[in-house]
Amino acid sequence: MLTDLYIFADSPLHRTRPGIKIGVLVLFCTLLFVFEGWVTLALGGVAVALCLALSGLRARHVVATLRPAVWILLAIFLVQSYLVDILFASFVVFRFAVLILAATVVTATTRTSEMVDGILAGLQFAPSWVPKNQIALGVSLCLRFIPLVLSVFHDVRQAQRARGLDRNLTALLVPLVVRTLKTADEVAQAIHARSFD
Amino acid sequence: MAGLQVESRTVLETRDVVFIALFAAIVASLAAFPPITLPLAGVPITAQSLGVMLAGGVIGAVRGGLALVLFLVLVATGLPLLPGGRGGFGVFLGPTGGFLIGWVFAAFAIGYMTERLWHRLNYVLAFTICVLGGVVLLYAIGVPWVAFVAKIPLSTALTGSLSFVPGDIVKALIAAGVIMTVKRSYPIIQPKAEADSAGRSGRPE
Repeated sequence: MLTDLYIFADSPLHRTRPGIKIGVLVLFCTLLFVFEGWVTLALGGVAVALCLALSGLRARHVVATLRPAVWILLAIFLVQSYLVDILFASFVVFRFAVLILAATVVTATTRTSEMVDGILAGLQFAPSWVPKNQIALGVSLCLRFIPLVLSVFHDVRQAQRARGLDRNLTALLVPLVVRTLKTADEVAQAIHARSFD
Repeated sequence: MAGLQVESRTVLETRDVVFIALFAAIVASLAAFPPITLPLAGVPITAQSLGVMLAGGVIGAVRGGLALVLFLVLVATGLPLLPGGRGGFGVFLGPTGGFLIGWVFAAFAIGYMTERLWHRLNYVLAFTICVLGGVVLLYAIGVPWVAFVAKIPLSTALTGSLSFVPGDIVKALIAAGVIMTVKRSYPIIQPKAEADSAGRSGRPE
């Protein structure tokens, strides 16, 4: 389950540092909203298409990213063409597509580990009151806890299925939460015993 | 217990960080729950916003809110932790981005109200808290966001979002039950008041 959305390839975009990519993405999105209009949007669309081609993403990747958003975009399109006109509706929907694809370029060309490293490296410049060690601990613990929670959930569901309760969310969630809270307390004590803090 | 005499200059103790990481992981795992389709609304609901209510109601305001911040950071780094394997920066730029940001405030608000009413908390109260934080406040952030980025009138955005309310009410019902059971069996929240009516400290065990 814990595979990121990274797409393996070698391109200039893959080699750019995560911080720069995120910065450019934020700038790009802001510009699209500040200079609103078909010309900016078309330029943005061309830029995103170039980046997509450059980073080696295939059409199926593009479809896979846009598919979850299709229904809500369709709803917005219908509402807008009813309220204003079809031209404006397609503008709004097209802008969403460009924004989502621009973000996809960053996500698909950057490994999660690089991104996390980038965040932690960026924290070095943060003021001293920011608890850097604790942020690093939280991020790495969370990545470790996700498989743990899933495996506890699997156990609990097996047990409740034997009682005919595996469709009952309360009967699944209470043991899941209590068992993982106990584990978390043990982990906290183990970290404390090793004098991390 | 861990951190009993830890220097007071750190804002969060290690135990708090562990709980924050745990609830970020629980919210992430809830995306993998099979979605339940409500018979009356026909809208598939996912269990993920249930995790938001639980984060506030089980580990409290500050930790619950930070757990959601951590979760959203991991989503932004490109992990497919949202239902349907969505993730990355794109989800914040999409129409429903406001609801994701709103989760942080919803978890904080639910946690704050739960801490305040800890000794008097019962099922009805917990349900009311979950509805106020997880539905009223969440929609107050998410709906104007949709209206702004999709350029539709506020009223249209509100009507469009109303079909999700029955599902969220069901989730609040479930969350309230879980919060009350966990409060009895493994309480984590320590209310601001030092001692309850019997003079015991709020600490478990």
